[in-house]
Amino acid sequence: MTAFGKLVRTTAFRLTLVYLFLFAMFAASLLAYFAWNTRRLITEEITQTVNAETSEINELYGRRGLRALVLAIESRALRPGANLYLVTTPTGQAIAGNVGSLAPGVMATRGWSETAYRRIEDADDRDHRALVRVTELENGFRLLIGRDLAERRRLFGIVAKAAQWSILIVVVLGLGGGVFVARRVLRRIDAMSGTAHRIMTGDLSERLPVGRSGDELDRLAENLNAMLERIEALMAGLKEVTDNIAHDLKTPLTRLRNRAEEALAKSGCEADYRAALERTIEESDGLIRTFNALLMIARAESGQARGNMDDFDAAEVAGGIHELYEPLAEDDGMTLKVKCEPTPVHANRELISQALANLVENAIKYGKPVAQTGGTVVSMDSGQILIEARREGDQVLLSVTDRGPGIPEADRKHVVERFVRLEASRTQPGSGLGLSLAAAVATLHGGELRLGDAHPGLVATLVLPARVGAGDRVAPPIPDVPQKVA
Amino acid sequence: MRLPLAPCLEKVTSLTAAERTMRLLIIEDDRESADYLVKAFREVGHIADHAADGEEGLAMAESGDYDVLVVDRMLPKRDGLSLIGALRDKGNTAPVLILSALGQVDDRIKGLRAGGDDYLPKPYSFAELLARVEVLSRRRGGPAEDTLYRVGDLELDRLSHRVARGKDELTLQPREFRLLEYLMKHAGQVVTRTMLLENVWDYHFDPQTNVIDVHISRLRSKIDKGFERPLLHTIRGAGYMIRDGIR
Repeated sequence: MTAFGKLVRTTAFRLTLVYLFLFAMFAASLLAYFAWNTRRLITEEITQTVNAETSEINELYGRRGLRALVLAIESRALRPGANLYLVTTPTGQAIAGNVGSLAPGVMATRGWSETAYRRIEDADDRDHRALVRVTELENGFRLLIGRDLAERRRLFGIVAKAAQWSILIVVVLGLGGGVFVARRVLRRIDAMSGTAHRIMTGDLSERLPVGRSGDELDRLAENLNAMLERIEALMAGLKEVTDNIAHDLKTPLTRLRNRAEEALAKSGCEADYRAALERTIEESDGLIRTFNALLMIARAESGQARGNMDDFDAAEVAGGIHELYEPLAEDDGMTLKVKCEPTPVHANRELISQALANLVENAIKYGKPVAQTGGTVVSMDSGQILIEARREGDQVLLSVTDRGPGIPEADRKHVVERFVRLEASRTQPGSGLGLSLAAAVATLHGGELRLGDAHPGLVATLVLPARVGAGDRVAPPIPDVPQKVA
Repeated sequence: MRLPLAPCLEKVTSLTAAERTMRLLIIEDDRESADYLVKAFREVGHIADHAADGEEGLAMAESGDYDVLVVDRMLPKRDGLSLIGALRDKGNTAPVLILSALGQVDDRIKGLRAGGDDYLPKPYSFAELLARVEVLSRRRGGPAEDTLYRVGDLELDRLSHRVARGKDELTLQPREFRLLEYLMKHAGQVVTRTMLLENVWDYHFDPQTNVIDVHISRLRSKIDKGFERPLLHTIRGAGYMIRDGIR
């Protein structure tokens, strides 16, 4: 596309054309109104003068007869720039006046008419136009009094010329302005497309230029930049996941392969083979679990699970999870308690259950109280895990508090990442995805996962937005539970 | 999804095959998986036919009287869900188990809404599939809706929520009652941990811990402890079964 073609196709230029047309029409109609009104005024003035003179002459004729009439006409006709006068006999012969010739039939019709004429003294052959009034005197004599229309014509000419010029000026200025505005917009758009193009070719870190005027283009650029920010974050996340998958799935896969190879190489008995195969299946089950967890996280993060949300009380979920894990905790020498208040949410029940289950499993696995010096246990509620559902303002908090060693503040941000397992937990079975999933689920619901210190122990809280319009009663915070969170 | 350890097919066979022979239709386009399933089902004493695409599967399902259909979700010519829809439209009520590589919660819900009776994500263990298919087939038989379940001298009254073993009245927690109820409803059938988690607790995720085993061992201590004949058996590599005596 040529530069001009591009310019002409811009919205700014097209809008300019529309405005230009509208303004030209406006100017033209204004001038037309002006011209028409002027013409009307002039005609009115002529009519008045002619009428006055006609009645004057008529009166003179009625009083003093034809001779006085002729004399008066002759004297008036000789004045410079005078009106038109003509007196004719009943047979149509001119006897006084300054009119040389008239369009045929004018004298025959009484009243007003517009006609071409020539004065007697006129040397040239040009026709003039006049507005005349013909009246009949007694005895069949006819009197014509009229006025030349040159003045009216000249005025009309001036207006017409003004119209031409003003329309020309409107068009020229309008087009110029249009081109100016269009080029300005085009330059900014071109800059934006250029950047967009560079971004498309791979440089995701670039951003669109944002001006200072805060106009619609700046707002657009800001929004596009925010979008780019999100895309870049997602891409980085994807890359991280891919790297992690590569690393964390390859390790067990290698182990799997090694075992199979080892079993093949050794000529063992059937029991050996069976044991090797069982371990292989065990290992692959672990892999599948990891894979499922990763898929679930990816789903939650991409927002695909938003479709399956319904209204329920998060306290029910807390109760259900408590019921499911209570015997397991007890077998591990711990106690699992639950404390609930009505906590209405609009959420994906399955995902919330799983996220809470992950937190409880973590608490059971890692929340065993650490023995202090001398082997005495920290406090009376050691080994207790508390699941709590409570409402705080417009938020619903689902928390799991244990009395274990907790997580050092520096590591808290870190453990939420995929596959991250603290050194202390390496000996325990697990994929390192539990907290990642809980965090992804919280994010999906527009909330977050907070990790805090329970002095001692860890308090992991799923913060979810409370369902709007579900009871305005805001429960006071429960005092005996540590409120400090990361 | 919890995947149990290596299935010991022989043992599973001996427990279930004698009960009842099922006619199964496997609709699966992957030749190798299909052959494996047909062979495995035949080995445990069931009759298994195979259809390789959706159209063939629909035709066979309509003409043959099958106890259970095992349908892959993604099939050539006609996909699994549309096949189930067509069957249900024609009034065919044969239980359908959907196999799918799409294992997520929403996919399962979609599958069940389309008219499937159970949903098993790939990869699955044969023991899990077998247990689910046998439960589906039994469900069709219908005797499970009795109000009184009885296994050996263990009795469970579903109306009065009373459980007794011999002359002893047993006190169960509500969830233990539901767990026992489910096991007894499928007495003589293998019930996997995943099935218990799904049907007793209504959770469809995969716990990383042995929660179900702990619940079972509690239940076992209540119903079997101190009695000569154990009724609640662990089937290695598959799950649990309640049954009077084990051969």
